[in-house]
Amino acid sequence: MGTTEQEAVRAAIERIADRMADEKEYLTDLDSAIGDADHGANMNRGFRAVHEKIEGMDDAPPAELVKTVGITLVSEVGGAAGPLYGGSFMTASAELEDGVTAESSVAFAEAFLEKVKDRGDAPVGAKTMVDAITPAVHTYKKSIEEDDLEPVEALTKAVDACERGVNFTTPIRATKGRASYLGWRSVGHQDPGATSTLFIVEAIRETAVEYLGDGDLEPDATSPTVPDEAPAEAKDDEEAGGAEEKNETQEDA
Amino acid sequence: MVGLVVVSHSERAAEGIREIAAEMAGDTQIEAVGGDGDGGIGTNATDIQETIDSISDGEAAVLVDLGSAVMNAELAIEMSDNDAKIADAPVLEGAVNAAVSATSPKATLDSVLEAAEEAGEISKV
Repeated sequence: MGTTEQEAVRAAIERIADRMADEKEYLTDLDSAIGDADHGANMNRGFRAVHEKIEGMDDAPPAELVKTVGITLVSEVGGAAGPLYGGSFMTASAELEDGVTAESSVAFAEAFLEKVKDRGDAPVGAKTMVDAITPAVHTYKKSIEEDDLEPVEALTKAVDACERGVNFTTPIRATKGRASYLGWRSVGHQDPGATSTLFIVEAIRETAVEYLGDGDLEPDATSPTVPDEAPAEAKDDEEAGGAEEKNETQEDA
Repeated sequence: MVGLVVVSHSERAAEGIREIAAEMAGDTQIEAVGGDGDGGIGTNATDIQETIDSISDGEAAVLVDLGSAVMNAELAIEMSDNDAKIADAPVLEGAVNAAVSATSPKATLDSVLEAAEEAGEISKV
């Protein structure tokens, strides 16, 4: 794997960090309705620390970068999001040891989902991040392995599935996590953890578009935010490069 | 000797529970850890790991309070070199039971965990 792959992974991590900073208040507003009102602040603090950490890691391969993301989130985020995101990035990073390819990104995504489910013990439909991650990962895997799509196209499908998963959390009752203490009063509120998952997946896709081009799919079909932001941000980042970027995408899944 | 680690969302709650359990504990090492690391309410896996690592004889029964404390303790155990397990028990009563159990010369990590878990069946009224 060359430096382009490493750059793409770094760019994706930085884009996620920027997105968390932008969405800090929105995530906290969502969390104040059904949680303890700290999700936005926690995620922003965690990814700000990640951003600083990776600055000195110029020669680190993708797996090491991603593992550092996990270790940093574990110590900085707290709450349930720390072990769920941080622990899962740590574990799943092993799948990228041989580089980021369509295949290893699928393995990464699956390992990430598996760890979240294992740690959080939440089924689909409990109004948690699992509701966003599960369809995103399943869609990504199917798109790559069965439908033979290019990684960017697969990511576009995954973002779409992830967004539908987020929307699905609004009308249902929470049965896991802090929101479950509210019972029926949790109905009608979008889950903050599922929402931050969507932001991560979107940032990965945007980075993949930047490095790989936008493929054959119209990005819009899926998520309203992606079409508006992707082109603008793509211009900001100057690098254009190899195909490795796709792997990065996986991470969030 | 098996040690105890008390984990709570509140640093003061963890310390208070440690204090109560220590009255029954003899020479058992009991450590408390809690809060988000910034003086707020929460739990932090790294802090919990460091506390588990500080148990000098290498074996620790971990008592936890709510939700994310369980997840952070699980992750901390995965990251620690010490042999630690979470007790499926109410944090205060479990800590007291575990402290008493750990004073037995025959105590093992499993016997201490079992004693802690028996606290879940205590009827208070």
